[in-house]
Amino acid sequence: MSITTPTKAPFGVGLLKGLGVTLKFLFKKPATVQYPHVKPDLPPRTRGVIALFDENCTVCMLCARECPDWCIYIDSHKEKLPAQKEGGRERTRNALDRFAIDFALCMYCGICVDVCPFDALFWSPEFEYSEYDINGLLHEKERLREWADTVPPPPALDDGADSPAEVADAIAAKENELEAAHAKSEQAEQAEEAAGDDAPPKTKPAAKTGTNVADMHVEGAGEQIDQAVYDEQIAAGKSERMARAKAKAAWVRAQKKAKLAEQEASGGDGGGDEPAADAGASTDAPPKQALADVHVEGAGEIDQAVYDEQIAAGKSERMARAKAKAAWVRAQKQKQLDDEEGGDA
Amino acid sequence: MTAAVLDPAVVEGLVAQSASLLTLDNFWLSALLKILLCTVMLMVVSLVGGYLEHKAMAHLQNRNGPMEAGWHGSLQLVADGIKFIQKEDIVPQAADRLVFAVAPGVALVPVLLGFLVIPLGPGVWAEDLELGLFYALAIGSIGVLGILMGGWASANKFSLMGGIRAAAQLIAYELPLILAAAAVAIQAGSLSLVDIVESQATMKIFGTVSMWFVFPQLLGFAIFVTAALAELSRPPFDMPIADSELVFGYMTEYTGIKFAMFLLTEYGGMVFMSALISVLYLGGWQPLPGVGLPGCEAVGGIADCGALGTLLGVGITLGKIMAIIFFMVWLRVAYPRLREDQLQKISWLVLIPLSLANIVVVAIGKVAL
Repeated sequence: MSITTPTKAPFGVGLLKGLGVTLKFLFKKPATVQYPHVKPDLPPRTRGVIALFDENCTVCMLCARECPDWCIYIDSHKEKLPAQKEGGRERTRNALDRFAIDFALCMYCGICVDVCPFDALFWSPEFEYSEYDINGLLHEKERLREWADTVPPPPALDDGADSPAEVADAIAAKENELEAAHAKSEQAEQAEEAAGDDAPPKTKPAAKTGTNVADMHVEGAGEQIDQAVYDEQIAAGKSERMARAKAKAAWVRAQKKAKLAEQEASGGDGGGDEPAADAGASTDAPPKQALADVHVEGAGEIDQAVYDEQIAAGKSERMARAKAKAAWVRAQKQKQLDDEEGGDA
Repeated sequence: MTAAVLDPAVVEGLVAQSASLLTLDNFWLSALLKILLCTVMLMVVSLVGGYLEHKAMAHLQNRNGPMEAGWHGSLQLVADGIKFIQKEDIVPQAADRLVFAVAPGVALVPVLLGFLVIPLGPGVWAEDLELGLFYALAIGSIGVLGILMGGWASANKFSLMGGIRAAAQLIAYELPLILAAAAVAIQAGSLSLVDIVESQATMKIFGTVSMWFVFPQLLGFAIFVTAALAELSRPPFDMPIADSELVFGYMTEYTGIKFAMFLLTEYGGMVFMSALISVLYLGGWQPLPGVGLPGCEAVGGIADCGALGTLLGVGITLGKIMAIIFFMVWLRVAYPRLREDQLQKISWLVLIPLSLANIVVVAIGKVAL
């Protein structure tokens, strides 16, 4: 093992190097930020002050108990809420009376923000709240709520990430609602038409055959997907999970429809006096088709006017598109119907 | 009896030889102007030097330095002075009150008196004593008395240690300082500071190349600058006020205006030593070696250079003073403080032998060339 001695620079070289290092800084721009005149360029999630969304606080006291400095003060009282159902039990709820953080004691560890299970505490990047009087550093609920307006929004999700469960559920619920509303309006239109024509209400094929769509069993549900729907959903920017679910549902729907059509065909062969009745009715009244039965080519196009109107009304883009599509389909159906009517007349 | 105290030759040496521009027929007006010159050097030029130290040190350390008082903090030292005046004057209970009060003055006045012989430009000096160099070095060493008084009278161990360190340091570095200056006097053939500047104007080595004393006496220049730094207790030789060991040395117990006087002594001392360095080695008011000021070719003597030449000369001297102060600040930023024993070793074992050798070389050169 050989020992290498570090090469020693001749005397004075180190001294000159020291002068060189310091002289270099003379010609550089100083690192100082002239703070009160120039605002510091802080990272967006700077931990400046702790903000409180008091509407989210359930007075669980976790923050106050975890605080190493014991600088969080919480007072509350219990409130009775009336029973939600007739004859139900009254519920109690904690109402927040006081929530204060003493920033003279706080050491900005952020444990309270971390432990809060109800998203009531957040870091805000604001930091300019120094005071001449130490009492001013005790920020009460109202002041803490004001800081909450300065909390930056949560960071954007990565591309392709699943939307949060709550958001996905909310979207699904909204879509169901829309579909239900759509079906209802179609039914209403149909009923109106039927009433206006004095024609016997045209029963749905499903009702006629006595088979409920919901009761039908489809083989392979849960495994097969409708590839077209899946691709469409993916192209629309939906998450993979969502698209798969929709595609599965679409596949099942399609299968059920096919089965229904089969059943109808076989039923028609069996005791087919209904079509005759239909025909009889048509002799009494001018032949009119129910809107629901009109097939429209190119469904999926949108009614631009409706779309613009919805957007102007502050609706979301998705919502507006859905409404506009529905409007376009309705309009097309009406047009086709009118054409037929005109042709008949 | 009085005649026996002062040697006639010394008395003669203390008489001014070249009249300055400030010497007027009216004695009192002339005296007032000369006092004004010294006071301006102490109160104004020192503050400019202090501002230079603040800003240069800050920028060498990647900072801005003072920025708020005045344009880019230019009035910072004025604001500091006003603050010091307002401060409570605290005297320790065990202190020797009289000595404690007098010490800052004893330290400050020699610096003020030192400016008496500094030539700033052609004709711009208070007095041109024949023993000017001797006077300047002698008056400069009185300051240590004030420091020692302050350290002793504070009745504080840190102050005492600081005062003793300052005394030991000043004694150790007085020798190389004087020996290096003696070599300059030998080469110039005069102790008058004005004569020394003038001889640098005319000096030619080998009869052809014009140069200032810094070139033939580079070693002496280095010794003088090092010793001057130690005399001023400037880093890296600031053991008397070593913050980490002695709080603030002999200034520990001082507050308010007395503390301000000690600080002013430091800045004034820097200006005084820088002026001495520029006069002894860097050609005083001459812009370049062998290049005189415009208007000085007139026959009216060195004091007659016209308004432009005089002002230019003063400006050049002040510029050289500021450059040397910047160099001192630069060293302060770059180097750590030495240890007390290293400080003494450098003086007694390195600088004094070298300065003696320097005198020998210069003397031989003076005779041989």
